[in-house]
Amino acid sequence: MSKYIVSASPHITSPATTRRIMLDVIIALLPALVAAMLLYGFYTLFMAVLSVGTAVFCEWLFNVITRRRQTVGDLSAIVTGLILALNLPPVVPFYVPMVGAAFAIIIVKMLFGGIGRNFANPAITARIFLMLAWAGVMTRFVAPIDLSDGANLFVYFKEALNIDLPAAITTATPFDAVKQALESGANPAEGLSALDMFLGRIGGSAGEVSTLAVLIGGIYLAVRRVIDVRIPVIYISAVAVFTAIFYADTGYVGEYVWTYLLGGGLVFGAVFMATDYSTSPKGGVAVLIYGVGLGLLTVIIRKFGSMNEGVSYAVLLMNIVTPLLDRIRPRPFGTPRVKLSDKWLAWKRNRARKKESAAEGGECVA
Amino acid sequence: MSKALTLDPKGKGRIVANGIFASNPVFRLVLGMCPTLAISTSAFNGLGMGIAATVVLVCSNLLVSLLRKVIPDRVRIPAYVLIIATFVTMVEMLLRKFVPALYDALGIYLPLIVVNCIILARAEAFASQNGVGDSVLDGLGMGLGFTLALVLLGFIREFLGAGTVFVGELGDASFGLVLGDMPDYAMSVFVLPAGGFLTLGLVMAAINAISAKAEKDRQSKCAAAAEETFAEQPTPATAGANDGAEAAAAISEGEGNADGADKGAEATKARDAEGGDE
Repeated sequence: MSKYIVSASPHITSPATTRRIMLDVIIALLPALVAAMLLYGFYTLFMAVLSVGTAVFCEWLFNVITRRRQTVGDLSAIVTGLILALNLPPVVPFYVPMVGAAFAIIIVKMLFGGIGRNFANPAITARIFLMLAWAGVMTRFVAPIDLSDGANLFVYFKEALNIDLPAAITTATPFDAVKQALESGANPAEGLSALDMFLGRIGGSAGEVSTLAVLIGGIYLAVRRVIDVRIPVIYISAVAVFTAIFYADTGYVGEYVWTYLLGGGLVFGAVFMATDYSTSPKGGVAVLIYGVGLGLLTVIIRKFGSMNEGVSYAVLLMNIVTPLLDRIRPRPFGTPRVKLSDKWLAWKRNRARKKESAAEGGECVA
Repeated sequence: MSKALTLDPKGKGRIVANGIFASNPVFRLVLGMCPTLAISTSAFNGLGMGIAATVVLVCSNLLVSLLRKVIPDRVRIPAYVLIIATFVTMVEMLLRKFVPALYDALGIYLPLIVVNCIILARAEAFASQNGVGDSVLDGLGMGLGFTLALVLLGFIREFLGAGTVFVGELGDASFGLVLGDMPDYAMSVFVLPAGGFLTLGLVMAAINAISAKAEKDRQSKCAAAAEETFAEQPTPATAGANDGAEAAAAISEGEGNADGADKGAEATKARDAEGGDE
């Protein structure tokens, strides 16, 4: 008899377990990881291993110390570690990904209750923490290596411990040029190649430079229905629209739009970080506000902020707003449509009643 | 708390210890967060702020307690603020004259001691209802608790965020320890406001965890002691009929247990007092 499970309806089973979803995300991250390795050599891969290892170890240790059910098996720590490593500059000292992964897992994820209860995306919060902690290390980028000589793959192992990278191997990111162009009023796309930016042959964070690799992963996730495709689509198009609006008076609207779409961590952030289940809203209107808010914040930070890139801050801020957005509830199936004007009248009636009782010395309106 | 009880049965030291441990203004009452987060960027700044606040706290508690029967109830808050502001101004002038470096480091937070919740709260909750001696002791305890908390937070933040230990200067003398290359590797986030919140939260969590565990241990010990007494109480009577020597042993044991039970009762009382404070 024990083979038969007796339970209340609905009797639907699904192969979509947390583990399977996380495995899909890991698979989707692999193209970006391979691209980073081909562009910057094996040191970037080594960083990813350190980051993932620390993340998994921290989650295991936290569960052991606090005597909770072990959750390492759901693979979410691996995803966090991998996303964090791909968010860092390609060459940073070894302790940076380790501290970042420990911060992401222990402080952002486990202290708030573990998977599904984190208030913000752990990887992105850890990245911001690292930006504040080691601003110098986190804002220097190396040039892609020349793959014609295989020995180049190991070239960055020597430099990694040095906090001051030699000027010869550092490079500017496309956004440095764009920011300068913004100040001088020149053409932002001067000297930038759209093909290089699409393939990733530029300076930038390890995983986000190659838009092509990120898009391959994104399409895989969309086909497997792991992520809510609306979020990246709305986010990226919102960035395009707001860039066009904010830069309308510069005379280089088209150039600004394509550099902004291909240059920074926009596509990576939109596909892998803005879509985190526990920190993105579910309802239709809420998703729209979420995506548009992300785009607006990103463009505002990129244009007016002191930093070049604003994706991580935009995602963090909208993550924090998500609980509010989730209060916008869709109409339950089968209930009558309520006109907006009726809702407004009901609200006004309610308020008048409260005021009356307050005047009588009852509850306070404020 | 219980340590203070065993050390000082008269309860005067208890008032001071209460401010430092059981009702620590930063970690337990969570008062005065603004100066705590803003000033604890280094241990020396924390110490300076703590001492300044302690001086003001002791003096204002003294005066408020002296005047508690004179001040009309309706205007008591303005009266307290006036008293506190007087002492803050005095401390400010003294610091400006004798420790200008610290005066600059504390900046706006020094005059803001006037509206520091700890000082106002102690005037309102303690000094206006207790005698002069107790009020001064309470001010001292609260001030020391505040100082210790600031120095602890400042030490952690300075070490992680700047790679130094207790760097500062007093007059012409400068002291402190710069740990080799540490400043190059330090995580500057810890001297920023975000690091302040992080450090405060983590230290508070650690303190809560430790005190919860201590409380649990004490409770289980009390329960065990009480159970033992209960179980062995009838023993002297039955044993007395059989063997005198054994009965004597049992009685002395019973006394020991009674002591334990007393202690348990005392601890319970202390806990009640804590609860009342909060």
